[in-house]
Amino acid sequence: MNDDDRVFRALADPTRRHLLDRLYERDGRTLTELESELEMTRFGVMKHLRILEEAGLVLTRRSGREKLHYLNPVPIRLIHDRWIDKYRERQVSALADLKSELEDTA
Amino acid sequence: MSTMTEQATQVYALFIRATPEQVWDAITKPEFTTKYFHGTRIESTFEPGAPYLSVAGDGDRTLVDGEILESDPPRVLKHTWRALYDPDTAAEPHSRVTWEIEPQEGGVTKLTVTHDQLEAAPKTAMSVAGGWSHVLSGLKTLLETGEPLSTESM
Repeated sequence: MNDDDRVFRALADPTRRHLLDRLYERDGRTLTELESELEMTRFGVMKHLRILEEAGLVLTRRSGREKLHYLNPVPIRLIHDRWIDKYRERQVSALADLKSELEDTA
Repeated sequence: MSTMTEQATQVYALFIRATPEQVWDAITKPEFTTKYFHGTRIESTFEPGAPYLSVAGDGDRTLVDGEILESDPPRVLKHTWRALYDPDTAAEPHSRVTWEIEPQEGGVTKLTVTHDQLEAAPKTAMSVAGGWSHVLSGLKTLLETGEPLSTESM
């Protein structure tokens, strides 16, 4: 599995997207804080966080005795630059072509 | 859609197919930074205590200023950061940026950027939150392909 595969796999789950949204709202949270917002066992949340970590979407930092979880938006940006911008550009140029075609025939 | 609140500590990481030395050069040499860092030239001697300046490519306007706190090529660069491009962020105190470069298996280098000490600089925190991903994506593309990212969109 390559880096993109891991990111797409991590994002293909509603609980994991929910965890990312919680971190987007407020970063640097502990497992206990994240667990309190989900109808799920601690073990279940840990499992999802591990998949997010493996995809590089979540980074952890130690702060004293606590492990804090941070959202890393860079993998999503890389997918955006690789997959989304490319197709959006084509769409924009198709619209531009359509515009000039319509204006020519008007 | 939820809005992002300002984050006092922001962490960004990515893997780049390049050596730690190449990553270090991309961070510290103006001929590289102009190609991925919003067109800005970096200016510093990278001695602890020396100024860290990011200057607009087309002139002498300083967009970011700071001071080098630690420089250990090609492993760690730590400096303070104050964004001067906006009067609101310029009025806030300096925050701190740490670049950590770690070699991995298979000719890949991990780059981690931590922007912290933003507690007293909420406008700066908001301003840089979207920017770092864009800058780091551009840095990766430049090192891996030799070309800047084709799009200048944020």
